[in-house]
Amino acid sequence: MGEMEQMKKEADGLKTQIEAARKAVADTTMSAASAAVAPAPRVQLKTRRTLKGHLAKIYAMHWATDSRLMVSASQDGKLLIWDSHSGNKINAVPLKSSWVMTCSYAPSGNLVASGGLDNMCTVYNLKTPVVKTVKELDAHTGYLACCRFLSDSEILTASGDTTCALWDIESGKQKTVFLNHVGDCMCLSLSPDMNTFISGACDSLAKLWDVRDGTCKQTFQGHTSDVNAISFFHNGNTVITGSDDCTCKMFDLRADQEVISYQDAQLNAGVTSLALSVSGRLMFAGYDDFNCNIWDTLKGEKVGVLSGHDNRVSCTGVPPDGMCVCTGSWDSFLKIWN
Amino acid sequence: MPCLSKVIPSIPHENTSSNFIKWLTRLSGQMERVVVSMQDPDMGVKLRNQRLLITVIPHAMTGNDIVEWLMQKFSVCDEEALHVGNLLVKFGYIYPLKEPRVLTLRPDETPYRFQTPYYWTSTRWPASELDYAIYLAKKNIRKQGELIEHEKESYNMLHKRINHTWDFVVMQAREQLRASKQRRKADRIVLECQEQAYWLVNRPPVSPCTCRWDRTRMTFLAYFMCYLHITLISTHSGFVKYCEQYQPHDPIMQGCLPSNPWITDDAMYWTINSDSVAVPTKLRVERWSFSFVELLSDPMGQRELMAYLEKEFSAENLCFWQACEDLRHGENSKIPSKVDEIYKQFLAPGATRWVNIDSKTMEKTLQGIKQPHRFVLDDAQMHIYFLMKKDSYPRYLRSELYKNLLARAVVPQETKKRYRSSWWNMAFHRRRRCRRSLSRPTSPGTRLLGWRCRARQVPGRSRVLYDVRHCLQAKSRRFLRTPPRRPHRHHACPPPSSSVGTQRSHTLYTGPSPSPWKVTGNE
Repeated sequence: MGEMEQMKKEADGLKTQIEAARKAVADTTMSAASAAVAPAPRVQLKTRRTLKGHLAKIYAMHWATDSRLMVSASQDGKLLIWDSHSGNKINAVPLKSSWVMTCSYAPSGNLVASGGLDNMCTVYNLKTPVVKTVKELDAHTGYLACCRFLSDSEILTASGDTTCALWDIESGKQKTVFLNHVGDCMCLSLSPDMNTFISGACDSLAKLWDVRDGTCKQTFQGHTSDVNAISFFHNGNTVITGSDDCTCKMFDLRADQEVISYQDAQLNAGVTSLALSVSGRLMFAGYDDFNCNIWDTLKGEKVGVLSGHDNRVSCTGVPPDGMCVCTGSWDSFLKIWN
Repeated sequence: MPCLSKVIPSIPHENTSSNFIKWLTRLSGQMERVVVSMQDPDMGVKLRNQRLLITVIPHAMTGNDIVEWLMQKFSVCDEEALHVGNLLVKFGYIYPLKEPRVLTLRPDETPYRFQTPYYWTSTRWPASELDYAIYLAKKNIRKQGELIEHEKESYNMLHKRINHTWDFVVMQAREQLRASKQRRKADRIVLECQEQAYWLVNRPPVSPCTCRWDRTRMTFLAYFMCYLHITLISTHSGFVKYCEQYQPHDPIMQGCLPSNPWITDDAMYWTINSDSVAVPTKLRVERWSFSFVELLSDPMGQRELMAYLEKEFSAENLCFWQACEDLRHGENSKIPSKVDEIYKQFLAPGATRWVNIDSKTMEKTLQGIKQPHRFVLDDAQMHIYFLMKKDSYPRYLRSELYKNLLARAVVPQETKKRYRSSWWNMAFHRRRRCRRSLSRPTSPGTRLLGWRCRARQVPGRSRVLYDVRHCLQAKSRRFLRTPPRRPHRHHACPPPSSSVGTQRSHTLYTGPSPSPWKVTGNE
């Protein structure tokens, strides 16, 4: 029996050693590899447009796939569809509940969705002469934190009731429910091949799910506070997360762990949103201190700042053609930078 | 990547040590299966003879061959294949012939050889201490002082620890050496290489441990860290490669032609890159060669591929793939009818556009169609996707159709920034120029090059900006040296600006001030 206990103790020791080994290998490998890479040029972007039209805090924005149109949601109870280049508002969708927290544009450009403290995800059709509600997806028991369209008939939602769900829009029912988080799900991001998605929650974990099975494939630990923003890197192997602990982290799916951490001693504000440029080299992260910082993803260094907002930057987005960055803030303005 | 998980089981969720040990066992099992199929006489890696000094060693292969074989077998890109190959080398299933201590796979002509199953990780793990002692003793006897530093340390430590059986160790070492002398030279060299490779993997240069559990743990940890290290290197290099490949397509980092619509207010970029344009841009066509996904995600790319496949009479593959995509992302109510349609057109025996799927997948799909759902055709779709990716896609990139399109593709001219309030700017600059202009009308030698706006408007000239004051100083000095040719008239001009300073007082007007609307120089 003594030997069994001894072996058990040894086995537990192995577990901590594995953790230490993981961290040690990641730190040395990535810093050595990054040293060989040329540094990114210092990036200075200017505000090219300021889109004024909202009357209250902007909570979310999302670009359409044509890289011209975008939708933004604000707590004045409106979803505005903008033609960002000309600055015109194409559509203003009045919301039943003004407490909106998220919005999304369908890849086809026909639909937009929004949701918030009403626990529902409402899908609107933009192509009818008057914008009509297609469906109200009501089955969550907590607020809707994020939603993303897979196509015109499917939508993924992340909710404050700690679950994510895949809905069939036509029938209005949940096809798959993803249960594993223990904290409110705050954000989600689809992989480029649309077979998996990743979600971040207030339990400081990010989880990778398979869309078809509904199972959690991998869990990524490393943050010490709520994960507010998450994004797949374009090659589908890496994930970047932003959290209230003022850091962003890059996780690799194969190595199953954190590989780079983007942090700065002077930064004391939590990350609210993030977006990647087309090549993936630059990451734009919006913070609570009214700025948006630009990070070099390979080297882990800050290469620029977008400052111009008068309140917290709540949402960031890069359009699919990568032409510019759009930041939305609680000061009710959207700024487009290039 | 979906294919790589066939070879490498993913690291377990639950962070317990028993899970990790199970994972390691599974990993070794998988690697062994790969190595066995690599050695298949018909479908395996190409083997040839390799010269090592004056001896010829049979059944060796180059790093290149290994990578190519892995790419073909698992339908993965060269990065992933290199990653798997590196694992095989690091875990001792393949060893390098030229530099045995460098346990990495180089995708060039470096020769490698398969390790004999006697020395495989799974059959002899953890490596026995006694065997290591015998190996070191042999090395010591054969050539005194050939042991490297950490081997010397290990030798001394083992000598202390298993002193009671040291005679046995030395005796065994001598016996083995004698037996090996009786073999042919080529065989002897091969066996020595194999043994050395085994010990290089299992006794890497780390400080020796003291107790049985520690050794097991250290070996296991060493394997795990090695696996992780390779994975991270592979990740990083994949990342760097992706960033570099896409940098020309990243407008924020590298700008774009003709111009960024957000800066110049010119929407030409969007017009020339739209779906229905007749001639695409060069960047766009080049992007199709990055990966099959890029080609398929561009509607124009899909149309081009379809045109090519129609010429090759294999368009049914792409049509099937498109139909499956439509099924996956389409409306729920239409699923049964869509599945039926697809079956009639592509899968039924004797169908007009029958697709070539292997029998196992076909059976499974036909079974699944009886209860149609959104993902029922996924396996078949994946099979056809990989078929196209492996076969049709590389051929398309080498075809005349693609090459012609690339040659015809346009590289748009750069358009300059248009000032938003252009007329006001022009007038403002002209007025500024008028105020600061010099006494005489400009002659070819004294062209005013110091003005920012002029430098910008002059196409093709260097954008170097001259210091205005320096320019005026030089001119004023020249003016002072030569006596004035005409009597100077006092001309009412606005007070000098502070940047010019006192030099202004030396420059006198001798002629009419140049009209603000008469433009001098190159405009």
